[in-house]
Amino acid sequence: MTLPPCYTNPEPDDESPADPSRRSFVIGSAAATAAALISPILGAAPATAETPPKSDPNAVAVVLDVNGKRHELRLDPRTTLLDALREHLDLTGTKKGCDQGACGACTVLVDGKRINSCLTLAVMNSGKAITTIEGLASNGRLNPVQAAFIRNDGFQCGYCTSGQICSAVALLREGHTHSDDEIREWMSGNICRCGAYPGIVAAIREAANARV
Amino acid sequence: MHAFDYVRAKDLSGAITSGSRPAAKFVAGGTNLIDLMKSEVERPAHLVDINGLGLAAVERVPGGIRIGALARMNDVALHPLVQQGFPAISQALLASASPQLRNMASIGGNLMQRTRCTYFRELTFAPCNKRDPGSGCAAMEGENRTHAVLGTSSSCIATHPSDLAVVLAALDAVITLHGRDGERKVMATDFHLLPGSTPHVEHALRHGEVITAVFVPDAAHASHSSYLKVRDRSEFEFALASAAVGLELSGGTIRSARVALGGVGTKPWRSREAERALIGKSPATATFRDAAEAALTGAIPHEQNRFKIELAKRTLVRSLTDLAGGAA
Repeated sequence: MTLPPCYTNPEPDDESPADPSRRSFVIGSAAATAAALISPILGAAPATAETPPKSDPNAVAVVLDVNGKRHELRLDPRTTLLDALREHLDLTGTKKGCDQGACGACTVLVDGKRINSCLTLAVMNSGKAITTIEGLASNGRLNPVQAAFIRNDGFQCGYCTSGQICSAVALLREGHTHSDDEIREWMSGNICRCGAYPGIVAAIREAANARV
Repeated sequence: MHAFDYVRAKDLSGAITSGSRPAAKFVAGGTNLIDLMKSEVERPAHLVDINGLGLAAVERVPGGIRIGALARMNDVALHPLVQQGFPAISQALLASASPQLRNMASIGGNLMQRTRCTYFRELTFAPCNKRDPGSGCAAMEGENRTHAVLGTSSSCIATHPSDLAVVLAALDAVITLHGRDGERKVMATDFHLLPGSTPHVEHALRHGEVITAVFVPDAAHASHSSYLKVRDRSEFEFALASAAVGLELSGGTIRSARVALGGVGTKPWRSREAERALIGKSPATATFRDAAEAALTGAIPHEQNRFKIELAKRTLVRSLTDLAGGAA
């Protein structure tokens, strides 16, 4: 399989990336823009990077086992699993779409089962084995479902794709792939606003056929 | 989300003690509660996680099956005992929510889920007697296309959203509850309450009580049962109208019948009137239509949901026709 030239395999998980990520660049740019707009009006000191309080009196101990790596955290119990992954572990491959369980962009696997990470608290998942999109490739090789999504154009903007792929990985294990209709039914928890469904179904069908 | 303290219950008595404190809530799957906590409709001060209690088995017991309250919807739907003896339960669960939500959501939580009336979730401008008793009901004169036509009151016209609860009401299920005073059992048909003048009181569960199991009795009409759900899209949507039906047929006669409707009632709507119209008759379209007319007698529409009365009748006729073998 040939990967498109824009594609690079995921880097090993690095807690403190030397280069700023696209996300921190976007956040930084937004903050800078906001500061530029606000400072002249308020005449206030330039905005500085927001630093979270060091000790939250309501925080609880949470151990998250994500993609085989153990993370010991202290989190406000209100923190959803989704926010813990994105905001505390910097695993931003899992997306926040609707944040109310209706779109599936936040789908991850917990103890092998696909769930919506926006509707469960991180503390409720302490000690469980969590797999995110970042954990699907192994030894630099894409998961067959990831490769099939690329080959079959299973996305357009890509925002729903990590949820689609995590959901599809679980779907293949569940075995609800006997027909395109069955695939559609059992992928109904993942919405694609671009409408890339034909490619998504084709990718899952191909990955399912390759397993047998 | 309002702040709360989180407690993981180690056993049932600990859960009941923790959950009996004022403003305590139990959480299992969390798919409905956490969503409502985000919108601040639910504001527990103590959140008691009962996922460590076990209570997830599906097992044969004398006279029927026992489904643990913490069993997950997908696991129950695909369980051989359920598929063989109670196909309507399996069908209703698989017609509910999405695969991800069904992996999370528990059977007990499914029965405890709150209405999807949009005004119930709208804190900023809409009155809601269910959320804020005495404030009024915005749905009466507002967007009420998806609302109830059976069991309504001048205080509330919200539907109960569960598919499973409709089947449990049809099949004479019994819900086991545990509280500080020990165990008690409540018929599924008595578990959910009509809104009347107190729509915020939705069920028979007392504060601090835990749903521990659901028992469903064996019956010929249970093993020959089905669930038909009609909705705006074919997956991942709540019912506009649904029908849980069970028939025992022999010698061209309906020996026993079970009928309950969903999507049209303020609670899962068992219709003994429809059952009486079926028993002793031969399965024919005219009989099924009579049952449907009986089931919807007394239905009260609002501006946008008048269509539901005929939709519910046709849903019931079609489900009975299909279950009786098609050529009625």
